[in-house]
Amino acid sequence: MAISTDEVFETASMILSHHLDIRTVTLGVNLKDCVDSHFPTFKEKVLRKLEKGARNLVEEARALEVKYGIPIVNKRLSVTPISLIMEGHATRAKYLQMARTLDRAARQGGVDFIGGFGGMVQKGMTRSEEMLIRALPELLAKTERVCSFLNVGSNVAGMNLDAVNLLGPMLLEAAGMSENGIGCAKFCVFVNAPEDNPFMAGAFHGVGEGEFSLNVGISGPGVVRAVVEQNRECDLTQLSEVIKRTVFKITRAGELIGRELAAALEIPFGVVDISLASTTAPGDSVARVLEGFGIERVGAHGSTLALALMMDAVKKGGAMASGNVGGLSGTFIPVSEDLGMIEAVQEGALGLDKLEALSAVCSVGLDMFAIPGDTSPECISAIIADELAIGVINNKTTAVRVIPVPGSKAGDLVEFGGLLGSAPVMAVNRFSAAEFMRRGGRLPAPVTSLRN
Amino acid sequence: MEQEKKELVFITVIGNDQKGIVARISNYLYKHDINIEDISQKITAGYFVMTMLVDIASTRRSIEKISAELANMGVDMGLKIQVQHENIFKMMHRV
Repeated sequence: MAISTDEVFETASMILSHHLDIRTVTLGVNLKDCVDSHFPTFKEKVLRKLEKGARNLVEEARALEVKYGIPIVNKRLSVTPISLIMEGHATRAKYLQMARTLDRAARQGGVDFIGGFGGMVQKGMTRSEEMLIRALPELLAKTERVCSFLNVGSNVAGMNLDAVNLLGPMLLEAAGMSENGIGCAKFCVFVNAPEDNPFMAGAFHGVGEGEFSLNVGISGPGVVRAVVEQNRECDLTQLSEVIKRTVFKITRAGELIGRELAAALEIPFGVVDISLASTTAPGDSVARVLEGFGIERVGAHGSTLALALMMDAVKKGGAMASGNVGGLSGTFIPVSEDLGMIEAVQEGALGLDKLEALSAVCSVGLDMFAIPGDTSPECISAIIADELAIGVINNKTTAVRVIPVPGSKAGDLVEFGGLLGSAPVMAVNRFSAAEFMRRGGRLPAPVTSLRN
Repeated sequence: MEQEKKELVFITVIGNDQKGIVARISNYLYKHDINIEDISQKITAGYFVMTMLVDIASTRRSIEKISAELANMGVDMGLKIQVQHENIFKMMHRV
């Protein structure tokens, strides 16, 4: 059956009027084969492999943008968790040098971010991983494009509280070294981190992956918002249905781009991650979708239900559209990158407590939110631990990307600029859990992990 | 088989109806050896929308050039003109 004018118009207006785009194509690169006992040779091998990968990715992705008239907003790299390949070179100086090498590879290869400068420490830390955490503040401040992650728990390992306890002080130190603490935006702490997530700051090329992988992140809150607006009277079942249908279509576009790009690069296609992700462009907001449902401002009672409904519909539409849906797939609710979320915080509709509740039904967690600069390190670690406990107990990925903004107090608005937007500084609870956090150790794996 | 060699792209024109849209675009296509397979237009959601399905298999013009030149022509006439390979529509609208 021929494609009708209405169908062509629907696709064209998704792109032209509602910000449909391929949010990212992320090339995963295995770096294990680059390891060399001679450190300069090691760096050289890493640089060469990444630069070549990046160049090819950028060139082929541009060709597809033109062919399909759909913007591919970001081209990115992810690498083998760095702590793994640095085991034999675990000094602070070498970690910093390796970070600069990755930064250079990204710059020269023309990609905006490179993820994977992190490690998996859900059960314990090696000397290399401890060194990495110690080097993190400086490398987050002094590199431009390197993103870092740590996986500190999983539903089968529990949560490594000793590692979490290092992160409060680490983040405060990192914040002090960069303007408005923005270095912290390049660090994401996870439990149950997916090994094929294409989105930053948490992307990495998992140890279970092959030599290369190509993962596509597709977004489109504007498109979902438009379809919600056209369906003001329908009940929840019907609302779920219209969202599913729309997400099906946009996931198919992602699948097409991913398959062709992987074929052009002669590597296996990984996953399509369908995650509604906001940008600061007007209309490109997840919060506005929920407002379209009939929630006055995100954070109002009813918001968790609304988000749960949307998340589930997005996943179902995506799963029907592609056999390769993976990564985080769902909805992100970053504060600073979403105009509707920013307004909700400023108007007093949304606080940290409700944000945490929302994160239990969103695909990741507490994302891109600012807290006062005088927040104690124990408090930051506790905010992280709370969020991650939700993930461990509920068999899901959760993550935290928090920015303690030096010199700021609750209610201030901090401008980060560009993609990162601006963040209203959110109040934290003034009571302490320091004594509890100091116990350290590991949260045992939940009983739901005993499935064998 | 002649048919298998075809490379079909959709040209979508969105904006206000005016004289000369079809003339200017088809003139451009003719000049660059691009055959029009199908053409249709309608008013939808308050917009004038015209779609042309064209075969670019025999042109020497790259899709990148065609896309940029038609977009410029659109700017001249106050229209949005977008060029997209037909596969994206097949993927999105056909199971």
